[in-house]
Amino acid sequence: MIPAAFDYARAASIDEAIELLGREDSKVLAGGHSLLPLLKLRFARPSLLVDIGRLDDLRYVREDGDRIGIGALSRHADLALDPILAQGCGLLARTAGNVGDPQVRHRGTIGGSVAHSDPASDVATILLTLDADFVAHGPDGERTIPAADFFTGPFETALGPQELLTEIVVPKVEGGRYLKHVRRQQDWATVAVAAVRLNGDVHVGLAAMGATPLRARAVEQAVAGGAAPADAAAHAAEGAEPPSDFAGSAEYRAHLAQVLTRQALEQI
Amino acid sequence: MKISITVNGTEQDADVEPRTLLVYFLREHLGLKGTNVGCDTTSCGACTVLLDGESVKSCTVLAVQADGGEVTTIEGLATDAGLHPVQQAFHENHALQCGYCTPGFVMASVSLLKENPNPSEEEIRLGLEGNLCRCTGYHNILKAVQAAARAGA
Repeated sequence: MIPAAFDYARAASIDEAIELLGREDSKVLAGGHSLLPLLKLRFARPSLLVDIGRLDDLRYVREDGDRIGIGALSRHADLALDPILAQGCGLLARTAGNVGDPQVRHRGTIGGSVAHSDPASDVATILLTLDADFVAHGPDGERTIPAADFFTGPFETALGPQELLTEIVVPKVEGGRYLKHVRRQQDWATVAVAAVRLNGDVHVGLAAMGATPLRARAVEQAVAGGAAPADAAAHAAEGAEPPSDFAGSAEYRAHLAQVLTRQALEQI
Repeated sequence: MKISITVNGTEQDADVEPRTLLVYFLREHLGLKGTNVGCDTTSCGACTVLLDGESVKSCTVLAVQADGGEVTTIEGLATDAGLHPVQQAFHENHALQCGYCTPGFVMASVSLLKENPNPSEEEIRLGLEGNLCRCTGYHNILKAVQAAARAGA
């Protein structure tokens, strides 16, 4: 499969990338492991790809007090092995180490993965569960988008057409679980559940249960009210609108969400 | 767009369309047909090559993204002295049947052993999870990678 023709420009700086993105129907290319499959299937037909792959300043993991800043171009393979992330946010490091397969992790980036905004994305679900912040640069400067506002729909985010995601900031956190049900090892999650204790609260996130990664707010409230895992988990699918597809029906997904939520709550 | 990629140690200058996938650059522009196209969807790993020393699926990399980089294909492993230790181990352990997936498995194994010279059985299985063999050859592939590790590949 060959993508439709497009123009290609390699950005030498964040500012140049923003300028290039001013052209209509342009798209950002990072590692390309979400975008190129869409181009090959011709689900996306941009007129210009702005390649930010050489912006090495956007590859880093930095401690900042009780938070960790992650450059948007950090590859899954880098994050899986990063000592700061392993120490300060092992849940994210372990999840990055399970994205796709080794070849995919050598190319795919955390920024590209979340900007793609697949509702079944492991990394996006973890970041939503952690209440991560997303730093974007655009023509009007820099702004920070909270995770709760970032994912706006399937393959849609709050990023403007000329905005570039540059950094993701996560809290330091110990433990946490991400339980994922797949039909085959490398499949996207049929359903996955993230659970973590953060500042005295329990956060629960769901993958593949709606148009975006979701927070299981009813479960979180039940836990905060003292409910046991099995009782709290019964609320896992409340408010969710899971899809029905080849991987499972909506009813099956709702059931899975409850089972995995109970297991995750029991394990944190 | 003009690109320059060092392939198997030789600098290759070319003028390609931006949409040219690395695998087709290797196969059709350079005639290196050892790298196969299998699923064409980043799943099967048949098109695995090394880009700057790391395994990648060349059906999901644009040639322009590899501009300035170093690519190693299956053709670049053997030397005048003989097969690469991973190739030799695949040969001796009968780690292939039809052979279609083999170039990708060999390149993924080379990358795996570079990152982890003494992998456990589980680490080998996980390290090769991005490659599919439809002749059910995984058992002997595992033995081959273990043998290559012992040989210091």
